[in-house]
Amino acid sequence: MDTIIFILTGTFATATPLLLAALGELVAEKSGIINLSIEGMMALSAAMGFAIVYTTGSHLLAFAVAAGLAMLLSAVFATLVMFFSANQVASGLAVGILGLGLSALLGRDYESLTLQAPSALSVPILSDIPILGSILFQQDIVVYMTITAGFGLMWIIQHSRVGLILRIVGENPHIAHNLGFNVLQVRFLAILFGGFMAGIAGAYASTILTPIWSQGMILGRGWIALALVVFGTWRVLRVMIGAYLFGALLLADLAVQTLNLGIPSQIMTSMPYAMTIVVLAIISRDTLRIRLNAPVSLGQNYRPNH
Amino acid sequence: MIPYEFIPRTQPSAQALAIVPVLTVALSMLCGTALFFILGKPAGVAFYAFFIEPFLTSYNLSEIAIKAAPLILIAQGLAIGFRARIWNIGAEGQLTIGAICAGLIPITWPQSENILMLPAMIFVGTVMGMSWAAIAAWLRTAFNASEIIVTLMLNAIAIQILLYLINGPLKDPRGFSFPQSITFPEVALYPLLIKDSFLRANVSIYLVLALSLLAWIYVRHSFSGFRLLVGGLTPSAAHYAGFSAKRTVWISLLVGGAAAGLAGVGEISGPIGKLQPILSPAYGFAAIIVAFLGGLNPIGIVIAGFFMAVIYVGADGAVLQAGLPASAPIVFQGFILIFYLASHTLVNFKLRRIGETKEAT
Amino acid sequence: MTLSACSPLLELRDITKRYGELVANDAINLTVHAGETHAILGENGAGKSTLMKIIFGVHQPDQGEILWQGKPIPITNPAKARDLGISMVFQHFSLFETISVVENISLTIPAPLPNLAKRILAKSKAFGLPVNPQASVHSLSVGERQRVEIIRCLLQEPKLMILDEPTSVLPPPAVDRLFTTLRNLSAHGIAILYISHKLEEIRALCDRATVLRGGVVTGTANPTKTSAKDLATLMIGRNIPQVTHRKSRTDGTPQLTLKRLNYHDPNLNIMGLKDISLTVQTGEIVGVAGVSGNGQLTLARLISGEDVLSRNQANSIRMQGEPVGHLPPDARRKRGLSFVPEDRLGRGTVPSMSISNNGLLTGHRLGIVKRGMIRRHKRDTFAQDCIKAMNVQTPNEQAKVASLSGGNLQKFIIAREMALKPQLLVVSQPTWGIDVGAAALVRQRLIDLRDNGTAILIISEELEELFEISDRLTVMYNGQLSIPMFTRDTTFEQIGQMMMGQLPTFMETAE
Repeated sequence: MDTIIFILTGTFATATPLLLAALGELVAEKSGIINLSIEGMMALSAAMGFAIVYTTGSHLLAFAVAAGLAMLLSAVFATLVMFFSANQVASGLAVGILGLGLSALLGRDYESLTLQAPSALSVPILSDIPILGSILFQQDIVVYMTITAGFGLMWIIQHSRVGLILRIVGENPHIAHNLGFNVLQVRFLAILFGGFMAGIAGAYASTILTPIWSQGMILGRGWIALALVVFGTWRVLRVMIGAYLFGALLLADLAVQTLNLGIPSQIMTSMPYAMTIVVLAIISRDTLRIRLNAPVSLGQNYRPNH
Repeated sequence: MIPYEFIPRTQPSAQALAIVPVLTVALSMLCGTALFFILGKPAGVAFYAFFIEPFLTSYNLSEIAIKAAPLILIAQGLAIGFRARIWNIGAEGQLTIGAICAGLIPITWPQSENILMLPAMIFVGTVMGMSWAAIAAWLRTAFNASEIIVTLMLNAIAIQILLYLINGPLKDPRGFSFPQSITFPEVALYPLLIKDSFLRANVSIYLVLALSLLAWIYVRHSFSGFRLLVGGLTPSAAHYAGFSAKRTVWISLLVGGAAAGLAGVGEISGPIGKLQPILSPAYGFAAIIVAFLGGLNPIGIVIAGFFMAVIYVGADGAVLQAGLPASAPIVFQGFILIFYLASHTLVNFKLRRIGETKEAT
Repeated sequence: MTLSACSPLLELRDITKRYGELVANDAINLTVHAGETHAILGENGAGKSTLMKIIFGVHQPDQGEILWQGKPIPITNPAKARDLGISMVFQHFSLFETISVVENISLTIPAPLPNLAKRILAKSKAFGLPVNPQASVHSLSVGERQRVEIIRCLLQEPKLMILDEPTSVLPPPAVDRLFTTLRNLSAHGIAILYISHKLEEIRALCDRATVLRGGVVTGTANPTKTSAKDLATLMIGRNIPQVTHRKSRTDGTPQLTLKRLNYHDPNLNIMGLKDISLTVQTGEIVGVAGVSGNGQLTLARLISGEDVLSRNQANSIRMQGEPVGHLPPDARRKRGLSFVPEDRLGRGTVPSMSISNNGLLTGHRLGIVKRGMIRRHKRDTFAQDCIKAMNVQTPNEQAKVASLSGGNLQKFIIAREMALKPQLLVVSQPTWGIDVGAAALVRQRLIDLRDNGTAILIISEELEELFEISDRLTVMYNGQLSIPMFTRDTTFEQIGQMMMGQLPTFMETAE
C-alpha cells in the first residue's frame, strides 16, 4: 500500500519534465516541424539550471536562464531548418549533440553535488485528506503549473485563433502563405516555444525532481517526450494522460528496487524504454488515427516563393 | 531581417560540394577555438593538441587507425540507410549487441586455440547486430512505428543488457568484482598490424577499407542501391515504379545493423579484448556525423572517418595537455554537424541578396 | 467600348518576374477598370497564374510597379491586397481540409464564429450560393468548395475579384451556374479578372481580354468581337497540328478487365469505388470522363498497383485474363502494363535525378540491369532513345528532369512508358498543363500505339480530348462508372449531363 501511495504521489513530479517537453514538441509538430533536439536542450538547461541554483540559490533565475538557453538552441535549429533548408531530422540530431556536449561541459564542476530542493506546496485543508491529500495536494508549484499549462494549451490549440493558425500552417503551409500568413514566423515561434518548454523541463529535472547533478541525468527523457507526442496522436489531453502513465512507470522502477524482489535493476531500468517501443507500435499501427491527427506537413520544409 | 536568401539551383553545384567539407571544418575549428578561449584555455595549445599532436607519434597514428575503423564501418552502413531516408540512430545498441553475442564465444571457450574463433565471432556479431536492427525494421514495416524512436530506445535497452550480463552471468569470477568479463584468448583477437609491438592498430582497418569499396560499388553501380536512393528522394516515385518501400526499410536497417555489429566485434577483438561497461566512446552517434560529413558517399566517409578519428585521438591529448574537459569533443562534433548542414545548402541553392535581380551565372 | 475618364482600378506597368533562369512574366502591362470582366487568356505555362499571384501579393515582382486607383502601391502580401479590395479564388482552392467552413473563412475575416456564420448565410442567400458554414471542408464536393471560396471573397466586399481557371474543376452545367453568379457580381460593380485557356468561356463572359504567351502580352482584344481563330493565333502563335484518328481495329481480346471492383481506402486518403466494371481490349482507346475528385485517382492507383486489393478480391482486376488485383506494381508491369500518372514530377519521375536515371526507373527491365548492376552505357542509350522518339527538348540525357518544361517532361514519360512495349497502357491526364503542340504530339502517339495493338485506357478531365481520341467513353461519378458507349454514338451534352451525376445507364441497372 505504501508503495502504491509512493508511486502515485511521485507520479506527478516524475511526469512533469516529460509532459513539459512533450507539450513544447507538440506545438512545434503542430506547425509542421519535428525537432529531435529535445534531449540535448533538456540536458543543457538542466546543467545551467543546476549551476545557477548552486551558485545563487534562486530557482526563478535558474528557470529563466535555462529556458532562455534552450530557446537559443532551438533558434539555431530553426535557422538550420528554415533559412538553410536543412533536413529536420539531421538538424535536430546536430543541435541535440551540441546541447549534450555543452551540458557536459557546463556541468563538469558540479558532478555529484546536490541542491536543496524547495519544499512542496501544501494546499491547506485539502492536503490533510488521507491518502488523496498527499497524492494530489502536496506537490511542488511546477507540477500544478504544468497541469494548468496543459489545459491552457488544449484550449488554445482547439479554440483560439492562435491555435487555428498553428494548425493550418501545419496542415498546408502553401495555402497558409497564399492567405497571407507568415509561415516561417509561425513555425519559428512554435520551435521557440518548444525550446522554452524543454528548458523548463530540464531545469525542473535537475533542480527540483532529482537535485543531484550527474552527466547524462536526463536519461533519454527527451526521447520519451518525443514518443509521447505520437502516443497522444498530437492531442494535448492524450499526451497528458500518457505522460502521467509514464511517470508512474518510471517510479515503479524505483519502487521495485527498494522492495528488493530480486528482479535485476537493469530489467526495471529498461522497462520504460521497452514500454515506449510497445506503446509506439500499438499506436502507430492505427494509421488512420495517425493520419487524421498528424500535422500533414510534418517534417517537410517550406520555402516561400518557390 | 537577413538581407540574403537562398534560391534553388537547377543543377547541384560540384564546386560547392567540394567546398562544403572544407568550410565545415574551418568554421568548426573557429568555433572550437572560441570555445577554448571562453574556457580560459590557450587556444593555440588546444589547437595543437587537437590537430597536430595526433600525427606526431606512431602510437597516435596507430590510435587513429583503431578509432577510424569503427567510425568508417558504422558510417558506411548508416549512410546507405540515410540515403533512403531511413534514420537508424541505434548503431550504438547494435554495436553493443553484436559485441555481447560475439563475446559469448571466447567466454565459453576461454582456453581455445582454434583459429576459427575470430571468423565465428565476426559472423555472430554481424548477424546479431543485424537482428537487433531487425526489431526496428519489423516494427516499422508491420506497425509503422518510427525507426528513430525505436532504435534509440533499443540503444538504452542494449546497454542495460550488457550491464546485467557483466554484473551477473558473464562476470569474470577472478576479476576482483569489477563488472567485466574474462580477458579473451589470442585467437579471439584481430592480428596486430605490426606484430609484438606496443601499437594497438590491427588488421580490422583493412577489412573496413575493403567493405568501404564494396559500399562504393553498391551505391554507385547496383540497381538495389539505386532503388534505395529513389525511395529516399521521392517515395511516391519509388512506389510508382514498383520499388517496395518495406524492402527499403529492411535493407537500410539490416545493413546498418550488420555494420554496427561488426564494429562491435572490432572493439572486443581489438583494443578492449573483453566485455566491459563501456564498449564504445559513442561511436554509434559519431558515425552519424561521419556519414553526413562524408556526404553520404562511401569515399567521403572514409576521409571523414579518419578526420573524426583524429579528433578523438586529439581530444585525448587535449584533455591531458591543455586541461580540456573530456566533453569538449562532443561539442566539437555538434559544431561539425551543424556547420555541415548549413554549408551543404550551397550545393543545391545559391546565396543571393534579397531584391537583387541580376543573375550571376 | 468607352473607357471611363477616371483612372483605372488596377494598372500594371512593366511587371517582370523570374524564377532562376525562367522568365515567367516579362514586362507585362495590364489595365482593369471598375465593373469590367477582364479575361487573361493564355496557354498553360504562359505566366497567367504568376501574374495573378503578383497582383494578389503572394509573389513579389522583380521589376515594374502596380497602380491601384491611380496610385502606385506595392502589394507586399495578400493581407495588403485584401485591404485594398482585391480577392482571389485560387485554381487549387485555398481551403484547409481539417477545419470547418466558418473556421476557414475566419482566417481571413477575423470575427466571432457565430456572427460570421450568420454573415456567410446572408451572402449565400443574396447570391444564390448554398453552403453550410458548420460543414467540415473535407466532406465538401469540389463545386461546394468553390462556392465557399467565392463567398469568402464576397464577404470582403471586394472591388476586384480574381478567378484562376475556375471552370477546370466543374462539370459543364455547373459552369453555367458559375457564369450566372459572375454576371451577377459584375452587375454589382465588382471588377473580375478571369483567367482561362478556354476560348469559348471567355467569349461568353468577358468584356476585354489580355492575351499572354511565353510570359509576354501578345495582344488585347474584345473577345465578343474577335473570332476564336484570331484569339487562338494570339494565344498559340502557330498552327495547331491536326491529330489523325482512324477507326479502331480491335480483335476483341480483353487486356484489362475490371469486374465489380469495390474499394474502400482504410485510411480515407482517397475516394472509394463502387461496383466498377470495364473491359479494355487490344487496339482500342477507352476514355474515362468525369469531374476531378470522383474516384479517378483511386481507379488509376488500383490499376497501376500503387494501391492493392486483398487476395480474395484479386479477381476484380484482371490483366490478360489473370487476376492481378493483389499484385504490387512491378508484378503488373511484368505482365505488360505501362502507366503514365497525372503527377509527372515526384511520381512519374524523381525530380532531382537525371533524365537518364529516370529512364532506369521503369526501363530497368529492358536489359539495362545485369546481375544486379546497372549498365551505364545501356541506361544512357535508352534515355537518348526516349528523347529522340518524342523530340524532348533538353541539352542531354544527364540534365535533371526538374529542369524540363511540363510538356517535355510528359513527352519523356510517355516515350519511356511506350518504349516498354506495353500490352496495356493507362494514361492519367495525358495533356494536363502542357502546351498545344506537345499535346497534339502526345495524342497522335497514343493513337499510333493503339493502331499497333496496345489496349489504352485514358483518364482525363478534358472532354474535348476524350472525344478526339477515344473509341469508347465512360463517365465516372461519385466512385461509380457508367456503361461505356461508343464515342460516335454520344454527344458532348449527354456526357456533360452524366458528369453531373445524371447517369441513366449506371451500374445498378447492369447485372
